[in-house]
Amino acid sequence: MTFTGWLTIFGFAAILTALALPFGRYLAAVYTGGRTWLDPVLGAPERFLYRLLRADPSEGQDWRTYAKSLIVFSLAGWLLLFLILRTQTLWDFTGLNPLHYHSAPWNVTFNTTSSFLTNTNWQYYGGETTMSYFSQMAGLTVQNFLSAGVGIVVAVALIRGIVSRGGSSLGNFWQDIVRTVLYVLLPLSIVVALVLVFQGSIQTFSTYLVSHGLTSGGSQSIAVGPVASQEAIKELGTNGGGFFNVNSAHPFENPTGFTNLVEMLAVLIIPAALVFTYGRMTGSRRQGYAIYATMMVMFLGAAVVCYVAEAHGSPAQHAAGIHHGGNLEGKEQRFGIAGSALFDVVTTVTSCGAVNSAIESFTGIGGAVPFANLSASEVIFGGVGTGLYSILLYVLLAVFIGGLMVGRTPEYLGKKIEAREIKLVALGLLITPLAALFSTALATASRAGRASISATGVGPQGFSESFYAYLSQANNNGSAFAGYGGFVQPNAGSLGSHGITFADLLGGFEMLFARYGPILFALAVAGTLVGKRVSPAGLGTMRTDNPTFVILLIGVIILVGALTFFPALLLGPIVQGLTGHLYS
Amino acid sequence: MAIADPPAQQRPTRPGRSLFTGDLARRAVLDSFAKLDPRVQIRNPVMFVVELGALITSVTWLIQVFGGGPLGGGHEPAWYTFTISIWLWLTVVFANLAEAFAEGRGRAQAATLRAMRQETEAHLRDGGVKSASELTKGDVVVVEAGELIPGDGTVIEGIASVDESAITGESAPVIRESGGDRSAVTGGTRVLSDQIVVEITQEPGQSFMDRMIALVEGAARRKTPNEIALNILLAGLTLIFMIVVATLRPFGLFAHTPISETTLISLLVALIPTTIGALLSAIGIAGMDRLVRRNVLALSGRAVEASGDVDVLLLDKTGTITIGNRLASEFIPMPGVSETELAEVAQLSSLADETPEGRSIVVLAKQYGIREHEMADLHTEFVPFSAQTRMSGVDLDGRSLRKGAGDAIIGFAEQEGGHAPDELQSTLDRIGREGGTPLAVARDSQILGVIYLKDTIKEGMRERFDQLRAMGIRTIMITGDNRLTAAKIAEESGVDDFLAQATPEAKLQLIREQQGTGRMVAMTGDGTNDAPALAQADVGVAMNTGTQAAREAGNMVDLDSNPTKLIEIVEVGKQLLITRGALTTFSIANDVAKYFAILPAIFLSTWATTREGEGPLHVLNVMNLGSPRSAVISAIVFNAIVIPLLIPISLKGVAYRAIGASALLRRNLLIYGLGGLIAPFIGIKLIDLIVHNLLGA
Repeated sequence: MTFTGWLTIFGFAAILTALALPFGRYLAAVYTGGRTWLDPVLGAPERFLYRLLRADPSEGQDWRTYAKSLIVFSLAGWLLLFLILRTQTLWDFTGLNPLHYHSAPWNVTFNTTSSFLTNTNWQYYGGETTMSYFSQMAGLTVQNFLSAGVGIVVAVALIRGIVSRGGSSLGNFWQDIVRTVLYVLLPLSIVVALVLVFQGSIQTFSTYLVSHGLTSGGSQSIAVGPVASQEAIKELGTNGGGFFNVNSAHPFENPTGFTNLVEMLAVLIIPAALVFTYGRMTGSRRQGYAIYATMMVMFLGAAVVCYVAEAHGSPAQHAAGIHHGGNLEGKEQRFGIAGSALFDVVTTVTSCGAVNSAIESFTGIGGAVPFANLSASEVIFGGVGTGLYSILLYVLLAVFIGGLMVGRTPEYLGKKIEAREIKLVALGLLITPLAALFSTALATASRAGRASISATGVGPQGFSESFYAYLSQANNNGSAFAGYGGFVQPNAGSLGSHGITFADLLGGFEMLFARYGPILFALAVAGTLVGKRVSPAGLGTMRTDNPTFVILLIGVIILVGALTFFPALLLGPIVQGLTGHLYS
Repeated sequence: MAIADPPAQQRPTRPGRSLFTGDLARRAVLDSFAKLDPRVQIRNPVMFVVELGALITSVTWLIQVFGGGPLGGGHEPAWYTFTISIWLWLTVVFANLAEAFAEGRGRAQAATLRAMRQETEAHLRDGGVKSASELTKGDVVVVEAGELIPGDGTVIEGIASVDESAITGESAPVIRESGGDRSAVTGGTRVLSDQIVVEITQEPGQSFMDRMIALVEGAARRKTPNEIALNILLAGLTLIFMIVVATLRPFGLFAHTPISETTLISLLVALIPTTIGALLSAIGIAGMDRLVRRNVLALSGRAVEASGDVDVLLLDKTGTITIGNRLASEFIPMPGVSETELAEVAQLSSLADETPEGRSIVVLAKQYGIREHEMADLHTEFVPFSAQTRMSGVDLDGRSLRKGAGDAIIGFAEQEGGHAPDELQSTLDRIGREGGTPLAVARDSQILGVIYLKDTIKEGMRERFDQLRAMGIRTIMITGDNRLTAAKIAEESGVDDFLAQATPEAKLQLIREQQGTGRMVAMTGDGTNDAPALAQADVGVAMNTGTQAAREAGNMVDLDSNPTKLIEIVEVGKQLLITRGALTTFSIANDVAKYFAILPAIFLSTWATTREGEGPLHVLNVMNLGSPRSAVISAIVFNAIVIPLLIPISLKGVAYRAIGASALLRRNLLIYGLGGLIAPFIGIKLIDLIVHNLLGA
């Protein structure tokens, strides 16, 4: 552990908060119809898009209509992406498939399509050996924007449901999605992409370079492409699907320590800012601060544990008599231990899932942190939008239990939490554990499922691989533990390749179920809260903006996560951590 | 300190008050076995799952013993399956026991009520005789002294004193008369004097007494909104744990660790919130029961819950905030008269006056050092108050001492040849404006001064209002007085706000306004003109002395007719919710320890590395439990016996403290959250010591 290491972690938290506060104010303006300084530039394209979509932005939608629009929009997006990916060679005329790659098999494409639609970006394929530039740009990157947008608008709709004073409108889906992409994601992406290019990331349509070795005489193909543009939205939209197979460890995706910092900030800026936006939209910023504190405490806890574990070094190192330097296996020198540990925590608390180091090579405790983060169901900042609407479901649960304990019918911001809300909240919170545990059970109990486990994945390692894969997909995270396969690709370009149908389909359906289930329940909760009478708060009302509530909320999140996933964690990472046979 | 302790002078105890009596216990135990019927259990999803588990383990045991062959998924000895099965059955029985106890206490009260409801004959006014149970709405009956009133109704003729102890437990008779606010009579109460004519207002089987019996018995019990919501949450948690346990078996198989059905079911039962699931309905019944024991009848459980949510309390001034009797507070002499002289005459004129006002004058006069006169020593002649003269006093040694209403005394003095001093009228007016009552005092033709009678605020009201404020409840005083008077009393009593010169319409309007801003309003009332407001209020408590209309309109009836009872009602409502929340928290927090008992037991030999066959996960056995089977049994035993241990808390309710929501939450989180986390570690370890070391499991 070094001073620089600690500074990396706590300095990052400080910078993030400093940026998120003003950005939260900007987002509040975007979603409450306030004026922003981008209006003069974006007003015209915004109106053009409404005409194109034949949408009337002033028309309020109740939760059913809002949900219907969202589902139609997503279904269309799914079909479009599936079509683009399956007809990859048809688009060769654009010149954006320089290596003439064939499409991945249907089952892998099904998984990939569902993955990018759901903001998961779980990848059974390697980008540089499977995808054309066209697929990457027109297919995957477009969904990086749209899936992020869908997550954000659901959060916004839920906020409106909570703060509304009567009526049934949650806003207009088409207006929200258009404004999210235009006013939030696009401008930020441009800024981040430019910073990345400035630091050495690449942006090109040229074909792969061939480099001739200096000594051996062999040659090497160096994959290139329009990387920076995809990298920017990959982080900003907490998507995480890398242009290259090794994701953010690749020097073209994440060239320097500075870009590492920028990418981490890009991952968390929207989820963090949305919490402040929430405070502003409720009319009480303290409500936002309380949720932010909850998230930040858990985030820093995870980061500290991971950093300490990695900096401490592995048992193998200690056995070899090396007691300093920490565990650098599978980490990039340019990021170091703190930069790798922090990046890992940033991308597993959110649904980003990008990686800049090999989680497989982490120490037992260090590797348990991403598991624990995933078990907390992505509410520690979480995905863009998803983090906020998921933690709000937890807030309602905490309010219900805590509210009873102060002797009043539980109420949140003046709205009573009754049978219908509790039913929807319970079902909404049930889906991720249901998806993760049942998929893992199916995968570990069946021959077809075990076929995906890597050759080295014997014993607990095989269980960890499987569990992580389905836990990650259920949380729409997409971070990979490595080892668990759904695609057998003998050579680049997908000729002669085949998918592992079981893993591809199970994962694909799991991601869709675990994405749209909670979304529908969150919107339904918004729908029941929207018209509720608001009672003024008094001394007898439980406060939701003080440290007591923060502690209660943290307790509820940890308890629900721990009780749900403890047995499975026991058989994977915990048994591994205890045996010292670390992830190998 | 808990606020609103029941007043000490409260009524005689009723049977069935003590928590556990022999008869009650015997009946409850029998009931708890009868309730094993799955048709009863299905209403409670958590306990239904436990019962299913008990059934499956029982069948497993039978197959093990009589079927011979071992069952799939781990080979457990028959004694282990049997032990688990028994304790699962006991878990359900304990849950039933809690409910049966709660119901039993109500039933005991219902039985006493029933015994008092004798079959009576009703004498119809037009000559006929009907059995009381055949009386229908609109029948008019005559009830003589000594007879039981055959049904609920309104007195339309006459006045009588009625013994209502059958329903109120209060032995002092009350007056019932036609017209006005004391016209309602209840079936089953006895007329002590005179004769009244009663018009029956209820259809057969729906009388007040019938409803009361049904309520305390729990026959009319329906799940309340909050209870339904909590039940859904518990069902949701049960579902999550069913998923966890169902998937654990394939996980175990992947790790070459088969887990028996018995152990899996044990884990499931240990995890699902059985503690709160078992006690939930008992808590609800006990809440109603606590109100009944405070002599309040809630006509629905919903109303009891709503009372915990009350934001605004409307209180009538007279009789609630003030004593209702005006007491002397000051002597104001006219020019040329000393205060002591006035005090002395006032005292003498009040010596024979036994009204509270008269007595208060004597008490006040004492402060002027005037010694007590003995009537007999003074050769006085008492002149009593009459409606015509509107004054009273004494004739003493030929002098006439009088006190009375201002104009009456002026008239008296002028008749004696005197005249009223100039200051008199302004003093009388000032006192009237301030809401007091002036009594002028005269000695023959001379008017000496004025006694200031004041509305006196009950003792301890300010503290009560402070406590209510700490509970987050605003109090609004309702009075017919003018603004000035109302403001003065409001200020003195510490009430938050007031409504002066209140008419029934203004009262209704005020309730609507408060509700419009999202507040829950509670009020008490007794008159017919209170009925609309009582119906409009979220919690409307009708006084039992009030009219039938008022009793119909409210959702609670206070048999003691004590308006400050509202405070206790609010407290009972809050207690009800707190008890639910606290036990839910306790129940869920318990799961952590149970995991640490059962999971290491299951996975003790998974990926075994040592010669003894212990795997790495044995280190999770932090409680150092004796053996895997002992660990599972201990967890299940703890899970079961915690239910009867918590029955007293669920029946008595977790104490409510008016310390503000945040402090209350911290306190309950600490006791039931942290306590719930720690307690089972200790409990399971102790049980394991017995099970493992003494019984050798």
